[in-house]
Formats: sequence, structure tokens, C-alpha cells
Amino acid sequence: MLDEEGEVFKEVFSYFPARRRYLIRLLQTVQQKLGYLSEDAMKEVALHLGISEAETFGVATFYNQFRFVPLGKHHIVVCMGTACHTMGGQLVLDGFERELDVKVGGITPDHEYSLERVGCIGCCTKAPVVLINNIIHPKMTPYKVAEVFAGLRDKGSKSSEEHQE
Amino acid sequence: MTNDWEEIYQRAKEKWEALEASPIHIRIGTPTCGRAAGALDTLKEFREKLEKEGIQGQITEVGCMGLCFAEPLVIISKPEIGLPPICYRNVTYQEVKRLVDGFILGDDPCLELALGTLDLTEDAAPYIPEMLRFEIEERLVLRNCGYIDPQDIDHYIARGGYLSLRKALGMSPEQIIDEVSKAGLRGRGGAGFPTGRKWDLCRSTKNEMKYIICNADEGDPGAFMDRVVLESDPHSMIEGMIIAAYAVGAYEGFIYTRMEYPLVLDRLEQALMQAREYGLLGEDIFGSGFSFDIETVAGAGAFVCGEETAMIASIEGRRGMPRPRPPYPAEYGLNGEPTVVDNVKTLALVARIMGTGAKGFRSIGTPSSPGTAVFALAGRIEQIGLVEVPMGTTLRQVIFDVGGGVPEGRELKAIQIGGPAGGCVGKEALDLPVDFDSFKAAGAIMGSGGMIVLDENNCMVETARFFLDFLAREECGKCIMGRLGIKQLSLILEEIVRGNGREEDLNLLEEISKDLAEGALCNLGRTAPNPILTTLRYFRDEYEAHIKEKRCPALVCKDLIAYYILPERCERGCEHCVLTCPTEAIVSDEKTRTKRIQQDKCVKCGTCLEICPPEYNAVIKVSPPDRIKELEAKIGG
Repeated sequence: MLDEEGEVFKEVFSYFPARRRYLIRLLQTVQQKLGYLSEDAMKEVALHLGISEAETFGVATFYNQFRFVPLGKHHIVVCMGTACHTMGGQLVLDGFERELDVKVGGITPDHEYSLERVGCIGCCTKAPVVLINNIIHPKMTPYKVAEVFAGLRDKGSKSSEEHQE
Repeated sequence: MTNDWEEIYQRAKEKWEALEASPIHIRIGTPTCGRAAGALDTLKEFREKLEKEGIQGQITEVGCMGLCFAEPLVIISKPEIGLPPICYRNVTYQEVKRLVDGFILGDDPCLELALGTLDLTEDAAPYIPEMLRFEIEERLVLRNCGYIDPQDIDHYIARGGYLSLRKALGMSPEQIIDEVSKAGLRGRGGAGFPTGRKWDLCRSTKNEMKYIICNADEGDPGAFMDRVVLESDPHSMIEGMIIAAYAVGAYEGFIYTRMEYPLVLDRLEQALMQAREYGLLGEDIFGSGFSFDIETVAGAGAFVCGEETAMIASIEGRRGMPRPRPPYPAEYGLNGEPTVVDNVKTLALVARIMGTGAKGFRSIGTPSSPGTAVFALAGRIEQIGLVEVPMGTTLRQVIFDVGGGVPEGRELKAIQIGGPAGGCVGKEALDLPVDFDSFKAAGAIMGSGGMIVLDENNCMVETARFFLDFLAREECGKCIMGRLGIKQLSLILEEIVRGNGREEDLNLLEEISKDLAEGALCNLGRTAPNPILTTLRYFRDEYEAHIKEKRCPALVCKDLIAYYILPERCERGCEHCVLTCPTEAIVSDEKTRTKRIQQDKCVKCGTCLEICPPEYNAVIKVSPPDRIKELEAKIGG
């Protein structure tokens, strides 16, 4: 465990009392701070609550929010809700998979981009939508995928957006 | 405490009146949908322009009026010119200069950008008289949405907020439950269970500890009503929740919402804090001796947590798995104590019922489903957005009069109602009145209120596959029917859309559906067959085309279609499709310069069709893909 991680755990544990019902919130907060749930993180959380690691892992894997590998610098979330699907969301997702050469759920080898899908972000009126670094791109098409990438590459490495949920 | 309230109320009223009387007042809708349309840029631009010009104007960030198709939406009041406030559509930052120069600095109301004028109905809900939809709509839940600042509790109070709570606290809990029962309020989460009966059940248990949970999970893809209400008018729900807590005898409440809704979480936290500051939450509310507080819980992304017993498990910090009911949460819920779980709109309506009385509420809607229904209209519809209509309004009215019908003169094919496990009804259902019982009779469920319009460009088999795929991903895995049944249905549909369906598959789908409806543990599983059963009922011919002819009539299913460039329409000098094809599948014939798609390279993304200039319109889709050979043979010969 890195010292930095240790500091994060100390801080998070100080405001969540060791009660079983805070498990999900603990995991959420740790993930928010570290970007993902490392093996150490789950161990520490389990220790803090006095429950088994298996149980912690069992809860974490049940929910879509939790991830066990870090995100790419640019995190791309394609909405696959009904409205987005109706308006061609799958083609947009295909477009991103093609452009990045990773499957949904994956991350590019250079850690620049990660790709995910989400059930619905409730922005159905602008369907299909894609969320990149928490900014909504409305009315997407496969054609616009290349455009979006051009925009991201322009920004280059100066991107400092936080990778939060 | 009572005096304090008078003071708070007076101050809020004065603040609101001053705002209404200010010479320039600009309301900008900045909910999630507005933001996606660029409302934050619009807001910034207005702020900068006003400052630069030295104009003393008020800018208020408001929520969503439901007119999402017109976002960013801006309402400008300039009382001195003798016109009512004017509502402007699609005001991106580029239009701001025109509005500031024309209307704010000058006297030109820029009517070419306007959607209409803004008036108030008798009960002070804003409406736009120029739009037909407002004649049909009746805004109980959405009364304040898009009109007040959701981040300022004073706005809510100035418009009569928390008076219902005050009134309720002067009544006995039994009287409140009686009033809600008399109003005939049914839960707006989808199933339509009588709210009064649920409360009564919880009230009558002897337990010391009781809880109330607001179900704001809204996992249904395609539904965004709760998001809009919580982003636009969070206090209406909170007020209802406090009333509900008092009625059932709960001291602690939870609002369970989704992590996909960061703005909702933000606004809720803020609203709760303000309510606490005013003594509307916490110890001894209004000096009544009643104490109650609310905590928000962010879900971690699991659709099944919308089911009440799964939600309770999730709040307890466990895997969100449902358990068999009964016992219902009203008797055995959070931490094993009696718990009432109500939807956002149900609670918002409670606040209204306590204001107008049961009789006033009953005068709207139908005898068996009183009140209003809130729908999120999306998909292939002109005026995408949120509507609130009296129960009993027909689907035709909702889609054509309120929603403006299907765009570009296309034909409506189906309406998908009630979330993924709802159902798709065909055109023949258009005269169906929207209420709990009529929907049920048509084989669909009211659900939470997502309504997605499909036109001829949507394949119904593909749509059913999409829902089953979604449900298979989201089922919790606890019961065998849910785990294997849904997966099996999803796999069969997958094969059909790939063109590998067999004729006996249709019977198999029906059989498994029947078993699932009977044998699954929770409503996710029991309702999962709805998309299949309704599409089979209304669109059987499409299934048959996929199975028997390997053809997708709507030209959607990827494995059953192919793209083709009509040589006679292709403009030879134009290279649009060649240059934009992501897989370089399009080649130009050296001699004739006509373009041809190499089918083995084509990924069927549709870019060529999108990019081909409309004056040529040379790209077409065909199904089955073999038709390409016929077409090519024709030119060859």
C-alpha cells in the first residue's frame, strides 16, 4: 500500500463510523478518492468494519459503480438507455469500440481512454448521449465519434478533469 | 416557533415579490437536460453581458418546465413594457447577444426566438397559452418546475410551500391517512397501490422505530420524471415526506437516489440543509413535538434496487437483492422495522392533497385513478420532454396534442410504456386512457412513467431484445427463474435478430414468459416477459419476417441488412462517403467514379447514409442482405 493510499483510508474512516451499514458509502468514498477499488482498499475497508474481505468484495462486485482497475485519463461512458438505444446508441458504442480498439469495459494500453456503458443517465431528451469526463455530448452519431476524439486529442495531456463518478 | 414561521413566510414573500417586480428578471433552466443543451454557457453569457452593459437585472437559475425539446429555455420578464414574461426557445450562448441588445437594452421582444408568453393559471402554475399542450396539462407535481429556484427554499415557501405541512401537523395522523385514502391516491412508482392503505398498515404496527424511504432510484431507462422533479422542486417531495413520516410515526427518513444523478444529490443535500435551518426538519417541527430528519443515500448503480426490498437491503449496506413479500416493508422493512417506501411523485402529490383537500384532488382524473400522471416523453417524438396530464387522458392526446406527434411526417409504430419491463403497444392502443387499470388491461403496466415513441425506423424484435438484454444484465441472480429464465429469453431473441431464429422459438418464448411471470421472486422477473408478450401480441409479423424470411422489415437488425449505393443516384464527383467511412469500405470505381460498398469490410454504422448529401440520397439499406446481389446483377446485366 502506498503512503498516499494510507492517508486516504485514515481520512475516510475518520468520518464513517465502523458500522456495517456504511459499507457501500465507504466503498463509494474510497473509489471517489482513489479512482478505483484496489485490493488493499477492500482489505482496509473490511478491516475497518470488522467483516470479511469476501463479503466486502461480494457487495462491491454486485454494483455497477465499482471498478477494480483505474480509469483512463478520458473516461467515456456511452448511455444505453431506451431512448438512446432507440435513437441509435448501439452504433455510437460500436463507433467508440472501433475507434479505441477496446471493448466496452476496457481501457487503452496507454491508459488514455477507458470505455464503459451505463443503463441510463436520464438525459433522454438529447439521445443518444455520451458522457466524457462528466460532460454530456448530446445527439451523438457514429460520425461524430471521430469529431469528439479530435476534440479530446486537441486538449492533449493538459486534461485535469477529475475522474469522479 | 409559530412566530418564527410568520417571519420566515413574510421574508420569503417579500423576496419573491421583489424578484417579480424587478425591472429585468431572467430565468434560465439549468437542470441536467438543459446543461446537455448548453444552458450553463447561456447562463455565463447572460451574466457577462449584463455586467458589461451595467444592467441591473436579476438572473435566476431554475429547473425544467418539461419543454426539453426547446432547451436551453430562457424566460425574460420586463414588466415595464406591459407584456407578460416571454419564454424563449433554444437559447444557446450565441442567441444571448440578440436578446440582450434587442429586448433587454431595447424594446424589441425578439419574437422570432420566442416559444410564447408565460401566464399563470388559477392555482398559479405557469403555462404558455400559445401552446396546445398546456390546455391539456394539469400541473400538480410540476407546478413549480422551471419557475422557481430549486436552490432557494424561500421561493418554494413564497409560493405556498410548507403550508400543507403546517396544516397536517395540526391534524391527527389518522386524519391525514384518512384524507389521503379519501383522495384515492395511488403510488406513482408504477404498481398503483393505494397509498393510504400502505400508511395505515405501517401506522398500526406497534413498533417503536419506523422508517420512511423515498424511492428516487428511477432506474428505468427512458424515465426522467423524478430527476426533473428533484432538480427543479425538491421541497415539494420533502414536504410530502415529512407529512408521510408524521402520519405513519417515523422519525428517520432516507432518500435513495442514483449515483448517475449527481445534480439531484447536490440539490437534495442543499434543500435538506435549508429545511433544517428553517426548523422544518429536525427536533420539534413547528412546535408540534414531532421530530424527523432525512438522509440521502446514493445507489451504486443497480437497477434492481428500485424494487423496494432490494432498496432496503442496499440502504443496509448489503447486496441489493429482493426478498419474497409478504411480509411487506410496511410491516417488516429497514432493519426489520416497519417502513413505508413511496415514490417521489407520490410524496409530491401528498403535499398537494393536504393543500387542496381530498375533494379537490378527486376532481382531477378518473374515479379509480384520481389525480394526474407524469410522463417522460422521448424517442421519435417532436416535443420531447415531461408532461403532466389528468389520468384518463388518451394516449393519442398525450402523443399528438401534447407531444406534437412523430417528426418529419413519419408514422408512429409503437409506444413503449412503463420502463424496460413495461410493454410496447401498437397504434390500436392510441385511444387507451392513461390510468392504472386501462394500461393493465392492454397488457402493459403504467410503470413509473417513461414513454418512448417508436416509428417505422425501429424494429420491435430488436426492441424486445434490448429490454431483455438489459434485464438479464440487471437481475440480481437470487432466484432461478430470474437468473436463467430472463437469460434464456434474451438468448432466443438474440438468435432471432441475427437471423438464426426457428419457428418453434415463438412458442418457446411464450412458454418461458409464462413461467417467469409466475415463478420469479420479484417484480423485475415477473414483469420481464412484458416486452416480449406485448410485441408478440401487436407485432407478430415482424418476428415472423425475421424467422421465416431472414428479413428485418424496419431495416435495423445489423445481421439482416446491408448498405447499398444506388449508382444512378450517386454524384460521381462527390467523395463524402469514401472520406468518412470509418473502415474504408467504400471504393470509387476508376472509370465511372461511382461508389461501391465492399460488404465484407462494412460495419454497418450508417455514416455513409447520414453523410450522403440529401440532394443525392444515394445510400439505401436493404434486407435481407442477399438483395444486394440482385441489385448488383441488375447493373451488371
